[in-house]
Amino acid sequence: MLTDLLIKLALAGIMLFAVLNLAGIQTWLERKQSALMQDRVGANRAVFYLPWKWAFPINWVLKKLGGLGLLHALADVIKLLTKEDFIPASGKPLLHTIAPWISVFFAVVAFAAIPFGDNIELFGRTIELQVANIDGGLLYVLALASLGVYGVILAGMGSGTNLSALGGLRAAAQMLAYEIALGASLIGIVIWYGTLDLQELIRLQGTYLWGWIPNWGIVAQPVACIVFMTAALAETKRVPFDLPEGEPEIIGYFVEYSGMKFGLFFLTDFVETVLVAALTTVLFFGGWQIPYLGPNGFVFPWGGAIELSRLTVVLLGVGAFTVKVSCFIWLFMAIRWTLPRFRYDQLMALGWKGLFPISLANIGLTGLLRVLVR
Amino acid sequence: MPTPLSNELLHRLRDARRRRPLTWWERTYLPSIGLGLWVTSVHFWRNLFLHIAHRVGAFRNFPASVTIQYPDQQRATSPRLRTRHRLMQRDDGTPRCVGCMLCETVCPAKCIYITPAEHPDPNIEKVAKSFDIDLGKCVYCGYCVEVCPEDAIRMDTQRHDIAATSRDGMWLDMTELLHPGSRKPGAPPKKYVQLSLDDCRRLKDAPQA
Repeated sequence: MLTDLLIKLALAGIMLFAVLNLAGIQTWLERKQSALMQDRVGANRAVFYLPWKWAFPINWVLKKLGGLGLLHALADVIKLLTKEDFIPASGKPLLHTIAPWISVFFAVVAFAAIPFGDNIELFGRTIELQVANIDGGLLYVLALASLGVYGVILAGMGSGTNLSALGGLRAAAQMLAYEIALGASLIGIVIWYGTLDLQELIRLQGTYLWGWIPNWGIVAQPVACIVFMTAALAETKRVPFDLPEGEPEIIGYFVEYSGMKFGLFFLTDFVETVLVAALTTVLFFGGWQIPYLGPNGFVFPWGGAIELSRLTVVLLGVGAFTVKVSCFIWLFMAIRWTLPRFRYDQLMALGWKGLFPISLANIGLTGLLRVLVR
Repeated sequence: MPTPLSNELLHRLRDARRRRPLTWWERTYLPSIGLGLWVTSVHFWRNLFLHIAHRVGAFRNFPASVTIQYPDQQRATSPRLRTRHRLMQRDDGTPRCVGCMLCETVCPAKCIYITPAEHPDPNIEKVAKSFDIDLGKCVYCGYCVEVCPEDAIRMDTQRHDIAATSRDGMWLDMTELLHPGSRKPGAPPKKYVQLSLDDCRRLKDAPQA
């Protein structure tokens, strides 16, 4: 009993560590990647040195890190923590305070169902590399992603200003509109693989069509993949779908937030980006699967095999999952710095008149295909 | 009265201004999104490669960014650019200025202040005892340079990053004009500093003094 608890705690710790670090690194990635895309240098000035003589090796490392702009994340945190925590007089202090926590909580907790590796044998028991083995893991993730709307709308309402309330409503409308397209696009995946268990879903993606094409979601459900990625990007509330924030001209739900409470909303966006990247990987790009890597090593369809130990295979899987997630984070960041923001009517038209009918058609087509193939 | 030719041109202009309706494939915006991502990604990977290459000393001739790291790196300026003034020296370090007051007279901003003195050499008319320019007033017209019969003042120091926290901080005294950059940043400015010929000779060897 205690061992089980410790194992779960360790898994949760690994997941949380990885997710929060990926989210933190995104502040750096945001600055540096945008800079490289726009032929700039990017943040490279934040640096501090230790005052002692013996610390020169540390100072050398600090200089290099500062030159890469990595210490800006630290400067950000110091700035956010030392800023005034402002609650407007007309606001509701309790709602105003818990809203960012609700946002970040549901974003982080959704990772519990994401499997990041195959199962390993340890201490005489089989451990799935997944914090919570939920049969309906897909539903769990979608449910928690939807609950994130509460953070947004409470922030809008709790601030006690009309503008932020409007911003909250606008954000809620956007998230609900895309929630539907998001869910509908995933029904195709559920029909194709016939399971809601994410770990099981990944195992099924390890099979091969005609003996050599990996049965990944992108191969089986390319339309659902595009619809899902678009809708999920809208869920993260980042450019080109950043109408909830709209910092230059329209006012968003967190106008009345400052300091670390604002920082939590900021963090939520990054955590949600990681979540979307992880979900895209799990649902459409085979999760921890590497093509032709079986439980005992590589078996190539054109003949030939490489024997690998069980632990190596699992570690390769975890590595593959990390690489895939990182690639998607890069892609989402590239999209964020390439595309301009939608207008609100364009956003709604894309959600309701574009993505939703497409995903409905995809459901019908997939059902038909499924029956015919079977 | 529009001629047929101008009518024709007007029609062509109107046609050019009218937008072509988008095809079905273009209306999905996917090709444009893909093209945009392609452009930005090419920039990203090229610049990433160049940044790493610069770290190991390769591809120095291909800049990885258009940024000039300003305080560390100065932008190259044309030698013709009118920048901060300097006073020219004779070989022994004394100013070439003969105190003719032409520049002070011609200056439209009235920012030059000269105190002339007798020069011991009878072949030289006079010499400036003190020579001050208030950059807070200067309009960088360059008339002082043009009017000078002795080529004693020039505007070619390539210094244009002039900033101060007070009006007095914009003041250039004779020492600074003879030896640009000799005043330490943030040092309190001195006005109407008078330099004898011996002072100038001494300053030539140790401009910091």
